[in-house]
Amino acid sequence: MPAQSIWTLLSWGPEGWLDDIAYGALITIALALATLPIGLAIGFFIALAKQSEEPSLRLAANIYTTVFRGLPELVTLFLFFFGMPILLQHLVRYFRPDTTIDVNSFVAGMIVLALIFSSYASEVFLSAFRAIPKGQYEGGYAIGLSNWLTMRKVIVPQLLRIAFPGLENCWLSLLKDTSLVSVVGLAETLRNASIAARVTKHAFLFFGVASLVFLGLAVLSSFATSAILRSLGRQEAQR
Amino acid sequence: MSATATMVERPPPRARGWPRRRIAGYALVCLWILFGIGIVSYLFLAWNPDFFAKYAPAYLSGLGVTLALVSISMVLGAILSVPVAYGRMSKNRILSGLAYCYVYFFRGTPLLVQTYLVYYGLGSFRQELSAVGFYMPVISNWFQLLPHISIPAGLTIERVTLWDFFKDAFNCGVFAFALNTAAYQAEILRGAIESVPRGQWEGAASLGLHKLQTLRKIILPQALIVALRPYGNELILMVKASAIVAIITVYDLMGNAKLAFANSFDIQAYIWVALVYLVMVEILRHGVEWIERRITVHLKR
Repeated sequence: MPAQSIWTLLSWGPEGWLDDIAYGALITIALALATLPIGLAIGFFIALAKQSEEPSLRLAANIYTTVFRGLPELVTLFLFFFGMPILLQHLVRYFRPDTTIDVNSFVAGMIVLALIFSSYASEVFLSAFRAIPKGQYEGGYAIGLSNWLTMRKVIVPQLLRIAFPGLENCWLSLLKDTSLVSVVGLAETLRNASIAARVTKHAFLFFGVASLVFLGLAVLSSFATSAILRSLGRQEAQR
Repeated sequence: MSATATMVERPPPRARGWPRRRIAGYALVCLWILFGIGIVSYLFLAWNPDFFAKYAPAYLSGLGVTLALVSISMVLGAILSVPVAYGRMSKNRILSGLAYCYVYFFRGTPLLVQTYLVYYGLGSFRQELSAVGFYMPVISNWFQLLPHISIPAGLTIERVTLWDFFKDAFNCGVFAFALNTAAYQAEILRGAIESVPRGQWEGAASLGLHKLQTLRKIILPQALIVALRPYGNELILMVKASAIVAIITVYDLMGNAKLAFANSFDIQAYIWVALVYLVMVEILRHGVEWIERRITVHLKR
């Protein structure tokens, strides 16, 4: 095999690996974006439960965050990826004895990342809830808004603005945690880069490219978040 | 004191009966209890003395490797974070730019990528790394210093190259982790030092203390109280992140769990390791809280 130059290795097409890594970057983005709404929703409800006056709800929510913040991401991922098929198989066996179940690595990654993201995001939401004075709720009730409407029209708009910087950090760590899913075989940036590294023996080059992809995604999301923050700030100014 | 105590609002009386949130709360707690019972009964039913006898010592040695990895890289990271934090706070454009790039790179890319970059990536430079070597005294056969082995151990001068260091997965793990945590610790240090008001510097200067004395006697004692909690969080994050060295073939706690699972296809391999990590993290978390309560006693009013 003739020695290939770096630029052939990094070209687009059958000779080079850039298309594979770009495809992997798309999977990374898709995984992070698919996880985000689920994680935000769970995190919001966990935060609601944590600031409720009902002790049993608080206890249940606290167990959730203790478990998913205490476990290493990789352990949670492996527990789900290897444990879930066994569990499901036991359940399904009652109905159909001869089925085998495989968990898709994208779905397993999505579930695990959502669990982790939501337990961190719930802390952010909780401190944002605490920053909103009680008078805001009382004002909402006083003008005849229902519980739900007060939450939607009065509390959540302020909550989002306060929680935004914290959520941005959660998003950045979510973006980085997606690389772990490569370990269970999802063809995302890091996995494709390590295949390229193994085939071409240019490990430093391809892992360097992978780290640049993640850096690029971080820069891109910081542009996006500052744009969102500016629009949130504009809303506030108009009030 | 008593005047403010009477001003505090009493909590509202607890709702009676079964409002919806109480039903939901009890249902969720029951779910957790069922889940816990499920795990415990699974571990009980799947109790396998052979499995335990075979892998428990491996888990214990893996725990040792994990703790060694985390503590060495935390200490090295703390040492390395000082110049980085100095660079970040420096007024010199070039210095602060370099420090900023360092921090941005290590905080913006996944630790797994950094670890791969060190472990697999530096393998591309094997020849160059082998060329850089120096002579140093090496205790040969140090593991044979044990009394019952007859081969004598001795001190010899050997050529040790950088490649000798980087071909070992554990060393690569420590290297990557130390660089990574240095970036985070530098930011913690910078934030803590900047949280001390400027007046403290000026006051110390007016008393005739020089910069280093001010830092050591005035600034750091105040800054470290602020920094304790972030440092604790960083330690916990490192313990959790250390699981990823299992992927580069280090037999730490997670590495041994992987091995046990690959040999036995028994999911309890991962359940046990999850319990160990959970206990470790909880001990650290409560330890940090305890220390924080102890050292902030004088700030309580």
